[in-house]
Amino acid sequence: NPYAGLVSHLRASWLSRKTQPVKFRMAQLEALGHFLDERKQEILEAIAADLGKPPFEAELSEILVCKNELHETLNNLSRWMKDEQVDLSLATRLDSAFVRKEPYGVVLLMAPWNYPIHLILVPLIGAIAAGNCVLIKPSEISKNTERLVAEVLSSYLDKDCFAVVTGGVQETTRLLENKFDYIFFTGSPSVGRVVMTAAAKHLTPVTLELGGKNPCYVSDTCDVHNVARRVVWGRFFNAGQTCIAPDYLLCTLEMQEKLMPALREAITEFFGPNPQESPDFGRIVDDKQFRRVRALLCSGRVAIGGQTDEAERYIAPTVLVDVQPSDPVMQEEIFGPILPIVVVANMDEAIDFINARERPLVIYAFSSSDKVVNQVLERTSSGGFCGNDTLMQVMLTSLPFGGIGNSGLGMYHGKFSFDTFSHHRGCMKRGMGREPLNAPRYPPYTQQKFGIVRATSQVTRKDDCTLL
Amino acid sequence: NPFAGLVSHLRASWLSGKTRPMEYRVAQLEALGRFLDEKKQEILEATELDMGNPSFEAYFTEILLCKNELNVTLNNLSSWMKDEHVDKNLVTQLDSAFIRKEPYGVVLLMAPWNYPIHLILVPLIGAIAAGNCVIVKPSEISKNTESLVAELLSCYLDNDCFAVVTGGVQETTRLLENKFDYIFFTGSPSVGRVVMTAAAKHLTPVTVELGGKNPCYVSDTCDVHNVARRVVWGRFFNAGQTCNAPDYLLCTLEMQEKLMPALREAITEFFGPNPQESPDFGRIVDDKQFRRVRALLCSGRVAIGGQTDEAERYIAPTVLADVLPSDPAMQEEIFGPILPIVVVANMDEAIDFINARQRPLVVYAFSCDSKVVNQVLERTSSGGFCGNDTLMQGMLSSLPFGGIGNSGLGKYHGKFTFDTFSHQRGCLHRNMGLETLNAPRYPPYTQQKLGLITATCEVKRRGTCTLL
Repeated sequence: NPYAGLVSHLRASWLSRKTQPVKFRMAQLEALGHFLDERKQEILEAIAADLGKPPFEAELSEILVCKNELHETLNNLSRWMKDEQVDLSLATRLDSAFVRKEPYGVVLLMAPWNYPIHLILVPLIGAIAAGNCVLIKPSEISKNTERLVAEVLSSYLDKDCFAVVTGGVQETTRLLENKFDYIFFTGSPSVGRVVMTAAAKHLTPVTLELGGKNPCYVSDTCDVHNVARRVVWGRFFNAGQTCIAPDYLLCTLEMQEKLMPALREAITEFFGPNPQESPDFGRIVDDKQFRRVRALLCSGRVAIGGQTDEAERYIAPTVLVDVQPSDPVMQEEIFGPILPIVVVANMDEAIDFINARERPLVIYAFSSSDKVVNQVLERTSSGGFCGNDTLMQVMLTSLPFGGIGNSGLGMYHGKFSFDTFSHHRGCMKRGMGREPLNAPRYPPYTQQKFGIVRATSQVTRKDDCTLL
Repeated sequence: NPFAGLVSHLRASWLSGKTRPMEYRVAQLEALGRFLDEKKQEILEATELDMGNPSFEAYFTEILLCKNELNVTLNNLSSWMKDEHVDKNLVTQLDSAFIRKEPYGVVLLMAPWNYPIHLILVPLIGAIAAGNCVIVKPSEISKNTESLVAELLSCYLDNDCFAVVTGGVQETTRLLENKFDYIFFTGSPSVGRVVMTAAAKHLTPVTVELGGKNPCYVSDTCDVHNVARRVVWGRFFNAGQTCNAPDYLLCTLEMQEKLMPALREAITEFFGPNPQESPDFGRIVDDKQFRRVRALLCSGRVAIGGQTDEAERYIAPTVLADVLPSDPAMQEEIFGPILPIVVVANMDEAIDFINARQRPLVVYAFSCDSKVVNQVLERTSSGGFCGNDTLMQGMLSSLPFGGIGNSGLGKYHGKFTFDTFSHQRGCLHRNMGLETLNAPRYPPYTQQKLGLITATCEVKRRGTCTLL
């Protein structure tokens, strides 16, 4: 296996306990901070070359968000690493019992192309903080960022403990044959299955951040203009290539009628009369994705946008109406700048529509009525949820970010990344003496001994009398 | 698929929201408590028929420990179920941000034969507490308990939401073809791989509690008699059929010489001169296991015990000396009443020996010197750890219980069980108004807007000046 040597080398570094001290981990994390500061220009240029992403969006989603995670981790790492003392029973009252956070070992980190720096760095920060060695596999589709990560990022990190592997499907398949101690994957559900199946051979724990169609319910009682702006922002950010973007709208015919001019207005406000000329609207990453997304336009009726330009891989910010559940655009995650509207009779029908489908990464619900927002939250199941906005829930490092069912398993961001990449080792330290305390548990067994064992180890139901 | 209808039925019950209210979950948990109280006799009889274990041991592990888990859960369920509000940044200051604990849906719970009630009930308690519906698959090897669970558990629990499926390898394979929302498996690493591979097809999250060879290092500075008693207790409890029993001893030749009479003394103290006549020593569960364990006796030299009686499936409490790493007893998890001693030169050699092998469920270390215990803890990796005793760390519900690498993935006991079976849904609920707060993020993008967003969303590194 072409990667066996590399994996061995990283494992040996981990076994040497090089990554154990908090100082080492902080130094690596600080180095990531230097990478983001010193190489900002190259990062923005690579992302622009790969995705045509406006520099504002890249700064926000690839630099600022990563720096937030970095600072959150650096601010709290020594506290997160501490042993957590736990409650003791009567029998163990004089002992020490605690949870120790330990690294898993060698982590494989597989990133996609849509936020190519963010989706490497944010999990990487947690993996490093938890004391692991990491093998990074950037996406071969975002070629410029792939090269930047392989050549530049690696020069900031300790070469014994961190490495970058590049390549396509073949290389990735061979890479996955190796035994890793944790695999973190962001990408499509179908590849997620392949990764988990490979992981199962080695009983390797995994976190899979996948995708799906994120429904966005808009109730009849709302501020149409605010809703339109927030939905347009979330849908067309990065030309729609966002795993948590609102994928489709659910609303009544009446609301669709009200929304249409508001959506048109918001799109014009953001991107001007001809979005192709706006410096603030992105492009599709490659020809294959472009053709895939363009094919989805044959769904319902184009109400706004619909123009495309293959040379630029440009698809206009588009809204489709009269969309049927059987239409192409409702068969797969869109991952492009198209917003279909599916008409429902009322909130109950919207909830049933959502629940009849795979559980998504996020559910959005817009309503001036808190009751409506809460109903949608309570009666559906998804990775995450946001009421009255889009995308913002992932800007908080204090909220766990992850999917459920087809949209993924596991979670990260903030302390959740540290916990994801840590093994929580249950530890007890007893005294060598005080043997009479243990005597009741030993054979020969008697009723009297049992009474003592029970009294010293039982957990009573609160509100029961305790005879002391 | 013969089980598809059952799985559908349970999924429909879960989707109906029946298991959501706390009162419902508490009622089911209290029913489990009544099962343990009212059917105590039947439980003890069934486990005795299956395992031949002394009623003291069965009462302790199958009744008392389960009641402890029940009481911890009932005492704390409402606080565990509460939404956890999280820290917010400047831009979300006026919003509501929280983590909501939600059930996964339909859980498959697969239990082994060695603690047949405990290893169903303890995970079941957490799965119910978290609001899931559950299919319980007891082991077909512990036949009497299997019948008991299949007939009686359904009398205590809501049949719309909880079911028991019985059968062997074929039935289990067909069962695993169905889509579950969580799979909890306790058993061997090889079957663990099969389960995780089946789960990968549906992207089903798993917890697998497996096994391995738990090393027990005994340093030269210790109280030999106390060590002997604690090791004998942990090794021969349930005739050695315990996943976190000390599997083999590591010590110097000198310590082996001191330990031997102490081990002999402890065994006689516990089980009398002829353990086969002691009511306090168990039997091997079936003929296949008996033959497997008996074959391991051809390792090193029998220093204590070694007698067997096939009719009773009795294997005497046995200690093997001069065992080599290549001997049969060192090739697999023993899971029987045999304690091999492997001689090492010193602690460093013991640690290297442990680290050269698969990571076990638990590492044990005995020493009067706390530095030695800490060294072993720090320089090894395992599911859990206990210094100066055996088994006790698994009896504290405040410590997470689980493996790492070949010994498993995931953890449970106490609140960790509830968390294992809960999806943590990150939720943000924003205001429909206050749109001016959102304006800086919208295109057309400007440097000034970027400055505003940075100021309202950034996480600063502590220790840096903040200009207010």
